[in-house]
Amino acid sequence: MKILVPIKQVPDTATQVRVAADARAIESAGITWIISPYDEFAVEEALRIKEKRGQGEVVAVSLGPDRVKEALRSCLAMGADRAIHVNDPAFADADTLTTARALAAVIKQEAPQLAIFGRQAIDDDMGALPAQVAELLGWPSLYWIMEEAIAADGASIRAGRQVEGGLEVFEAPLPCVLAAQKGLNEPRYPTLKGIMGAKKKEIKDLKAADLGIAPEPPQLSVARLESLPPRPPGRVIGGDVHEAVRELVRALREEAKAI
Amino acid sequence: MANAFWCVVEDDRKGYPKKVTAEVLAEARRLSGGTAEAVWLTDSAQPEGLMRLAEWGATKIWLVEHAGLAPYRGEVWAPVLATLVAAQAPKAILGAVTSRQRELLARLAARLGVGFAADTVALAMDGDTLVATRPVYAGKLLSKVTWAKPPWVATLRPNVFKPAEPVAGREPVVERPAVTVPDAMLKLVERREEVSTGLPELSEAELVVSGGRGMKGPEHFVILEHLASVIGAAVGASRAAVDAGWRPHRFQIGQTGRTISPKLYLGFGISGAIQHLAGMRTSKIIVAVNKDPEAPIFKVADYGIVGDLFEVVPALTEEFKKLLAK
Repeated sequence: MKILVPIKQVPDTATQVRVAADARAIESAGITWIISPYDEFAVEEALRIKEKRGQGEVVAVSLGPDRVKEALRSCLAMGADRAIHVNDPAFADADTLTTARALAAVIKQEAPQLAIFGRQAIDDDMGALPAQVAELLGWPSLYWIMEEAIAADGASIRAGRQVEGGLEVFEAPLPCVLAAQKGLNEPRYPTLKGIMGAKKKEIKDLKAADLGIAPEPPQLSVARLESLPPRPPGRVIGGDVHEAVRELVRALREEAKAI
Repeated sequence: MANAFWCVVEDDRKGYPKKVTAEVLAEARRLSGGTAEAVWLTDSAQPEGLMRLAEWGATKIWLVEHAGLAPYRGEVWAPVLATLVAAQAPKAILGAVTSRQRELLARLAARLGVGFAADTVALAMDGDTLVATRPVYAGKLLSKVTWAKPPWVATLRPNVFKPAEPVAGREPVVERPAVTVPDAMLKLVERREEVSTGLPELSEAELVVSGGRGMKGPEHFVILEHLASVIGAAVGASRAAVDAGWRPHRFQIGQTGRTISPKLYLGFGISGAIQHLAGMRTSKIIVAVNKDPEAPIFKVADYGIVGDLFEVVPALTEEFKKLLAK
């Protein structure tokens, strides 16, 4: 079974992000880049499926500039067999839909039985890519999955998706798109052997032309990126516990009108 | 109507729209200058449910009632919705951030070839075009986005927008367009309900009580549950508490958990790491209780108490009881 795992390289949560001079992107200097955490759940799940079935291929894919190779190399170190890097300046302005079209084109070429995404990337938090790729391919999709099991014949999958108030378990024919939620698994750390082995694995570079697509102008654009307006300064309520609590409840009722 | 703003109805799966739909409808009404139309895909709509939409200000309700629409499946709903959009050409299609609509509206936008803005916290017209504001980079920045062309497709974060005040006596105007409902590829095998705590769902709750590492163990969350039951709040947890195995992951608030925006958030024994703030910093009022006066959560808190949560929580529970008994 061939499994494709699209991943995104994002700034580490703890990194300071600053708005760039054009106010449309972030300042890229000094950023620590990581694989978006949900994508690690996706890589891990793909590896587990391959291990459980005793055969298969896990292909990591990413779209972005040269730095993205490092993230792909980390996927290879975790155990992915090979990687594809859609590396073309024509995608510099790509919005979610353009990215979805590029990934759908990669998936058409690779023809995997399964594409496992993270539920969202933690930089723009859009969470739309898995659904859009599925829509463009005409595949079913299962969002926020917490568990999955592939049928022995490899023709279908059962997966539980987190919904309000519970879990819905669906059976889907393959091929299918999954979007991984936290709780699906605990991603492994690359071993030293894995890291050494990753250096020998293939990362194939693709241009838009290789995918037979010409990136279109974005349908959604960032007009302006702003720092968060500071919250009004808060008040620490002193005094003994009972006094403080009485004052807090009074303030919540009378000032904040929150209760 | 070609300039209509559409609101995709989120229902309770029993034929009634949820409160979040009142929020989306109010925003659609405000932005469109009055033409807010509801579009409701369901297997069964209750007449009182339709009434509720009208009272919330839906000037028209596009209702597709079909057994094949339950349960929600993206590959079925997206083409149905796209067919309606093609026929009516609304200006905007707004929904709520829910388990169904986060996927549905992304699919719809891809099908229509238009932009999609997820999890917006503010919407405004700039001349003839819509500008949406979305938190990005763990809520550290706000991104203002615009569309190249309509329809503008977006989801709205629950509890952020002011819900419509119901106006009694508005009669629902219901259109039942004939739409082909495609066959589903997904088959529902089972639905596992969470054991009901009797408390509200985390992402929909107006009041949220949350515990972190300072709770010291799973057995102590009972004091938060007690407090929550007194004020009718949901109970959440920080990543530290979830990763320690004290609470199931579905209760996690933060970057790798739920994003919430309640009217009142009360955090106990939570330090306020960036990844936690990402999930709750748009709460209207934030209260923090922590032993450490340097805890970063105090930087975003409207009210703080530096102290032992094991003393504060019971005292606070009693004080709320007294207040609410009045």
